[in-house]
Amino acid sequence: MSGWHFNRSRAEKSGTAQTDLPVLKPFTYNAGGQADNLLFSHWLAEFSPRSLALFAAIVLLWPSLALAQSNYSFGQAMEALWRWLPFIVGQGFVLNLLVSVVTMLVGTIAGVLLGLGQISPIRVISGPSWFITQLFRNSPWLVLLFIVMLALPFEFTIGDTVYPIPDWLKAVFGLSLPIMANISEIVRGAIISVPTGQWEASESLAYSRAQTLRLVILPQCFKRMIPPWMNWYAILTMATPLISLLGIEEIITLSRQAMEAEDNHPELLVPFFGFSLVIFFAYCYPIARFTISLEKKFVVKQ
Amino acid sequence: MAKSDWTPDQPLVSIRDVHKSFGDLEVLKGVSLDVKQGEVICIIGPSGSGKSTLIRCINALNDINSGSITVEGIEVNDPDLDKLELRKNVGMVFQQYNLFPHKTALENVMMAPIKVLKQSVGEVEERARALIKRVNLVGKENAYPGELSGGQQQRVAIARSLAMNPDVMLFDEVTAALDPETVGEVLLAIKDLAKDGMTCILVTHEMGFAREVADHIYFTDRGVIVEHGPPATFFTDAKDPRTREFLSQIL
Repeated sequence: MSGWHFNRSRAEKSGTAQTDLPVLKPFTYNAGGQADNLLFSHWLAEFSPRSLALFAAIVLLWPSLALAQSNYSFGQAMEALWRWLPFIVGQGFVLNLLVSVVTMLVGTIAGVLLGLGQISPIRVISGPSWFITQLFRNSPWLVLLFIVMLALPFEFTIGDTVYPIPDWLKAVFGLSLPIMANISEIVRGAIISVPTGQWEASESLAYSRAQTLRLVILPQCFKRMIPPWMNWYAILTMATPLISLLGIEEIITLSRQAMEAEDNHPELLVPFFGFSLVIFFAYCYPIARFTISLEKKFVVKQ
Repeated sequence: MAKSDWTPDQPLVSIRDVHKSFGDLEVLKGVSLDVKQGEVICIIGPSGSGKSTLIRCINALNDINSGSITVEGIEVNDPDLDKLELRKNVGMVFQQYNLFPHKTALENVMMAPIKVLKQSVGEVEERARALIKRVNLVGKENAYPGELSGGQQQRVAIARSLAMNPDVMLFDEVTAALDPETVGEVLLAIKDLAKDGMTCILVTHEMGFAREVADHIYFTDRGVIVEHGPPATFFTDAKDPRTREFLSQIL
């Protein structure tokens, strides 16, 4: 990402875009604002309607050409998909969304607290907060998921009643860890982006540190945090199929079960997984567009 | 705030042999000055001479390495000092205004008395509106800082500070960031304050203003007070060559 910035600034400064030497022109990117935070949303939102149509055509037509000689026809595969659709979406995709929403909720609450911890003047708070943030930002999500699945008990007892912990809830916990760490960084970044003059003015008006944060600093951070926050929501939603590796019955697990029930014809693979691709895209693409538009709006206003 | 045994005939702000370093750089090398109640003093001098640092030490925005600063008899350099209590009595206005951009002009003025001094909203609003009138901004109560000119923002900042009813006001180069045409309106607001007997400590580059409004002028250079005196003699009979050189460049 840093190299990409370098290219951009160099292109602007020296005008290498006009060169007639046989070199690759630097890649320039014309969406404004804090691209570092929103790389994923930028990438996703860049899809034009034309490339969407192309995308759909590849997903739908390619297999029909490739599998024309098979005796299990593409039409039959699509029919199977159609039959299983309510099951895959109604039970599978809905669980993905549930996991993403609950994870985001848990991760945001924990992340805000951790982010505030990072800027604490008290070292015993800021040090561990920083460490936890870095640890979970830089760990593979799947590894965190496995650790949480194995480390958490599958039930707990209060008095005489045994409460089972559903697997999806454990997955929520596992996915919350990296989300928490990234939200923590967003919060810290937003707070330090508020000019120090705001702190000094508040101090000289005898606001306590907590009052300064609550009344002056955080209200100014809120707007800046929304676009990167939504960006992370989109990334998280895309990552929810990871939990299928833990046997949780979300969209990918259910698609596999459905294909098994349809005798595992290889022709089923592309329609079923292609459908997952399309439904995730259909959900996340508008979020990415909305994120970019919000970001542009805030950039102009500040 | 425990007023100790301070009485109004003693200096309201007393600075004694203050030293302050940022790392290896010593910016204040033994500064002493007194400000009596109702007095207006101006601190002038070349940039980097420690003027801003000095007044930021008075409300403990910067700490000092040695020496003593007292405000109404209370030692600012005391590690056990309740800084919030001190700051309730010391108002400060900054070069960059530092208004809260998410609050209207009126809210900027009202917030601290309500949240910090826990005064009632009705009483504070009445006072805030009077202050806004005093700095000549009637009609701008509901404007956000971003919608105001620099001079207007700075006058809101002055009103915001006055709303706390401070005993002394610190002005840190408050006109330095302003367009020339708005400097006058801010100086007028300060002059009005000074006339009403507010104790003011100003760091400024506005020599004409200093001459007109100040009771006493201090010239600082490289962390020490080189020369001081009432404006009548300071500008005409400067003794020290450094003062003379500075004045000849700036006047």
